[in-house]
Amino acid sequence: MRMRTLLLTVFVITALLVTACAPAPEPSAPAPAATEAEAAPAEAAPTEAAAEEAAPAEAAPADAAAAGTVIKIASQTPLSGPQSVLGTAIKNGAQLALEQNGSALQEMGFTVELAPYDDQATPDTGVANAKQIVADPAVLCLVGHLNSGVMIPSMEVYHNAQLAAVSPANTNPTITERGYAEVNRIVGRDDVQGVVGETFAREEMGVTSVYIIHDKTSYGQGVAEFFRQSAEANGMTVLGFEGTEEQANFDSIITPIIAANPDLVYFGGIYSQGGILFKQAREKGVTAQFMGPDGMDSSELASLGGDAVAGMYYSSVAGPANVYPATEQFIADYEARFGEQTQPFAAQGYDSMGICLQGIAAAMEANGGQLPTREQVAAAVRATADYPGITGSVSFNDKGDKTVATYFVLQVASADPAQWNTNQVIKSLDIAAP
Amino acid sequence: MRVRRPNPLMEILRPLGQLLLFILGSSVVISGITILIAVLIRGTRTDMDLLQITLVLLPQVLIDGIVLGFMYATIALGYTMVYGVLEFINFAHGEFFMFGAFAGVELLIWMQGQGWLPADQSVMAYVFLGLAIIVGMIVSGTISVTTERIAYRPLRGAPRLVPLISAIGVSFLLQDVMRFYQSAVNGAFYRSFPTFGGFSERITLFTLPLDGRDITIAIQLTSIVIIVAGIVMLVGLNYLVNATRLGKAIRSVAQDRNTSYLMGVDVNRIIALTFLIGGALGGAAGVLWAFRFTRADPYMGFLPGLKAFTAAVLGGIGSIVGAMLGGMVLGLLESFAASYLSIFTQGAFGAEYKDIFAFAILILILIFRPSGLLGGKTTQKA
Amino acid sequence: MSAQSSAQLSPIQRMLKGPLGLILVFAISVGASYLFVLSPRSLIVRLLLLGSLLLIYYMPQKGWIKLLFGGVMLLIVLPYLGLFNPFLMELGFQIAAFATLALGLNIVVGFAGLLDLGYVAFFAVGAYLWAFFGSQQIWHMDEPPGTFTIYPTFPFPAWWFWPFLIVGIIAAAITGIMLGFPVLRLRGDYLAIVTLGFGEVIRVLANNLDKPINLTNGPQGITPIQRPPLPAYFTSQEFLNQLSDIAGRPISLNDIYGFFFYFVAIVVLIIAIFLARRLDNSKLGRSWTAIREDDVAAVAMGVPLRRTKLTAFAIGASFSGAMGVIYAANRTFVSPETFSLTASISILVMVILGGLGSIPGVVLGAAIVTLLNIDFLQTLSLQLSSLRQGSGFIPLTSIPWSSLPTQLDPARYQRLFFGLLLVVMMIFRPEGIIPSQRQRLELHEEPVDEPEGAVIEGEIEPDHKLEN
Repeated sequence: MRMRTLLLTVFVITALLVTACAPAPEPSAPAPAATEAEAAPAEAAPTEAAAEEAAPAEAAPADAAAAGTVIKIASQTPLSGPQSVLGTAIKNGAQLALEQNGSALQEMGFTVELAPYDDQATPDTGVANAKQIVADPAVLCLVGHLNSGVMIPSMEVYHNAQLAAVSPANTNPTITERGYAEVNRIVGRDDVQGVVGETFAREEMGVTSVYIIHDKTSYGQGVAEFFRQSAEANGMTVLGFEGTEEQANFDSIITPIIAANPDLVYFGGIYSQGGILFKQAREKGVTAQFMGPDGMDSSELASLGGDAVAGMYYSSVAGPANVYPATEQFIADYEARFGEQTQPFAAQGYDSMGICLQGIAAAMEANGGQLPTREQVAAAVRATADYPGITGSVSFNDKGDKTVATYFVLQVASADPAQWNTNQVIKSLDIAAP
Repeated sequence: MRVRRPNPLMEILRPLGQLLLFILGSSVVISGITILIAVLIRGTRTDMDLLQITLVLLPQVLIDGIVLGFMYATIALGYTMVYGVLEFINFAHGEFFMFGAFAGVELLIWMQGQGWLPADQSVMAYVFLGLAIIVGMIVSGTISVTTERIAYRPLRGAPRLVPLISAIGVSFLLQDVMRFYQSAVNGAFYRSFPTFGGFSERITLFTLPLDGRDITIAIQLTSIVIIVAGIVMLVGLNYLVNATRLGKAIRSVAQDRNTSYLMGVDVNRIIALTFLIGGALGGAAGVLWAFRFTRADPYMGFLPGLKAFTAAVLGGIGSIVGAMLGGMVLGLLESFAASYLSIFTQGAFGAEYKDIFAFAILILILIFRPSGLLGGKTTQKA
Repeated sequence: MSAQSSAQLSPIQRMLKGPLGLILVFAISVGASYLFVLSPRSLIVRLLLLGSLLLIYYMPQKGWIKLLFGGVMLLIVLPYLGLFNPFLMELGFQIAAFATLALGLNIVVGFAGLLDLGYVAFFAVGAYLWAFFGSQQIWHMDEPPGTFTIYPTFPFPAWWFWPFLIVGIIAAAITGIMLGFPVLRLRGDYLAIVTLGFGEVIRVLANNLDKPINLTNGPQGITPIQRPPLPAYFTSQEFLNQLSDIAGRPISLNDIYGFFFYFVAIVVLIIAIFLARRLDNSKLGRSWTAIREDDVAAVAMGVPLRRTKLTAFAIGASFSGAMGVIYAANRTFVSPETFSLTASISILVMVILGGLGSIPGVVLGAAIVTLLNIDFLQTLSLQLSSLRQGSGFIPLTSIPWSSLPTQLDPARYQRLFFGLLLVVMMIFRPEGIIPSQRQRLELHEEPVDEPEGAVIEGEIEPDHKLEN
């Protein structure tokens, strides 16, 4: 019985395929008729397919701007599993940007689509997806990833296929240090943000001793590590350096802090842990000031941490709402569109998509209104200058870092999450990428 | 489980005494070992007096450990009851715990939305908290019984691996069901416990001098609530199992399912009831966990579940008293490891190894005393 | 095994019998390949292609014919098609890699009956071994993670990959024995929990051994990791140009490595299948069966319990040790995230889904789970997302696609899906898709739902078919 069913399935699929799908099974295949005509003379045997594949990689097709040609922008973030909150935020941000700003390309006769891939926060899936993505000639740009651990192996694939990638969240220095022409990021680097935080703590807050905790992720540990190095180099006493994967129970980590009695507790990680850590620390009698990196930048920090986080400082690369009014609009739009609160990296996802769209449009213009190649798009994305993003103005340097990233240090204004947007910028620093 | 004539008062006093003994005993032993280590390696640190720091932190570490121990013990009861009756590790128990936590938190968030929750300490705050715990127990108990009916009962005669794998499947399923529910209904991944009733207040016990300043040793109101709730549940369960008719039926099914069936015990009903009780206790622990640590998320059940299982094995799985002891020992050990490891090793190893600690203990116990600290009954029946 | 009588064959298998059947299978394979060339990115064509491999496996032909067919498909046709879509090679690599892991786990769980929930730990041992020696990590042992620079040279030559394949096998086997020793006395459920704990311990160690000595670089992961050198011919520009001409897209060195690792993984998988089959029918294999069924009786019959269990752990672990080394080289990056409990469970799902103790079943299980994981559910989600961005309506309703909430994306619920699969499989078909003879008998001892006749009819043991 079983085998029969199995084989039947196979035959049914075959039948389906023969009747329906043979010519162009993917609705998104880029206008085969047009590309075929162009590339056919140059190619050998399986012309149709070869041409279809060759089109975007080689010379521009003659009239690809035929109505309805699909351009895809892929996103790769974790959409399932524990990190899906942040991954979904990036995807939603990108989707919002596409819906709001995709019209420029629509007017030029293209349909722009988001292809949201789920990398599950694992390198395996990330690389497999990356190969799927680069195999689809309609994909011209990529927004991703959340985890540096997934980005590093996947970006080899993007580099190989000359696919422009704009990272909304990867702060690990390695990513741009490889010097790939395709890989860019709109966030600051761990090695700068940690130092910014430390400098502020030492010079403005006047602290002389610090206890550092991080979340054992490549992001949190990275920031914390640079904070520590800078602190040690500048004569601040580092009383402890602890990592924890714990989500909620920080009791036993806090006890040594009480004994160490630091001036400052720095937490390298995300608000969802940070808020609880700070709250528990304050409740247990830690009197030190608190500080964190841009992972703290969410109103959830206030709703989790309450009074404990009011008045604490955090460094950030994203412009707060009262500095960039666009952010406020973005938050309102986001909540209206998805019925969810904005989460960290949603704004970065929005900006990454914006840069992708702008890059494609620029490449298209340079190409005389025709569908650009991936190489052209990558070059155009890299050439981005003064893009007015909601997380600040973006220009890329030759490594793909923001030439001058503005780093802010903000102070939490109130324990009320609704007041999050009134957080004041205490200091802003323009720092060139190293 | 021995057969004995129940004396209701004794069945309440005896576990209370045992609990006290366990807490005192394990505290003294573990503190003693820690102090000994501190004395031995005192010379390696010149920047601070290791012994003094150890001593000053000791009360706080003990309080944290005991609170954690009560929570592990409460969760461990669910494992130990099901194992006692079915000889089956209910891998999904951590997810029952998670569902209970969400149920309680959702209820309280709703109440807060209605403006019912008092901001300051009052009797009503305790009533609402109790209500949340009861709702958590009902939800977890229901899910536990349903799971038993759908995913475990059809597999009762199958080889041992089969229901275990099914339980792993249930565990994954429940995690994502909750995640789906939360993202669809609330657009959120986790929920935080509302602040109300002034529970975060600290009661200062005493102060100790260190480096010319005073370290305040205090206990939070939440901790006291958890300890009281834990004692009530542990003693109550002990009473239920050892001094009631239902308890007798549970014990008889645990001893020999077929014979009890012949004696007129409705085995299926008893097993379902066991799941109900175990699940409900897990749910209560879930609400308490969220109450103490302020957050409920769909994956919160996995690690506490695993550690509670370790606690159950440590104490001797199948034994209720053993679960109390195991939970207490594990909670204390974990608390000590996380707090002292980095001080003792000058930061080379730190709190991040506390989970390994729990597993290492599990492995050691299973090697040297597979029946657990208190287990007399053979736990390795095929 | 004697040739099967036609009475044992299912109707479809009867259709595939004889020279006519051979031609049919050949036609389907060629058809699928041709369709792939036409539309290299279609999910349906990919499924058809893999389905034709299944047909080859099922067709009632002589063993060497099937081997020839299968060999040609795997080693010539698929790589050729991989020129048109590099994803095919990645899919093939991952299926082969996970099938090897699943075969290793199958030795422990399926043959010896020891439930191991931390199997991915051995994979981690192999991967970190080559990650450490194949990267510059040895120069960075006294530096905190994430702060150092990358040098152009490596401490050890790249060809060390090959000897390290062997070292990886040995290291994983030793780890297996190290785990095996303390837990020898445990069985069943206890063992499951201890191995689960062990898996977590290895992951936590990988995550934390960046201090006091930086061995694993902590959560940052180790990168870059060297790949083995290829013969100059394969990396020459001419060769690349030739391939580019065929493929109609530029083929780079990275693509060549895609093919290379596909071949390596296939070869390792074939060796693993061969070993597993030999073991299954050996004295050791029967000892495993004996301790799985009843260890007391087995000991009474003279089976050395300790040694038998330890070899199961060691051999099972060695499979994944080898794959770990290959994995590290393929990805050029290793981080603790890969070695989570979810990974262990999904390997277990492969084994259970395919059939505990059944070698073809396990390979099929690995293929199905991997396909679901990285291809099927993803593509489904993408199609949904594409529909959602269009202006169409859900068939038979007047609800526009765009109003479908993103919360419903299938890709987001992989764990839910796997969980459901485990429960449903356990309740309705605990012996798996292609059950091993013994499991089927064991799990259907009492005639519950299937009449006797149904078990015999059409259910030949595919396990032994290649031995004709």
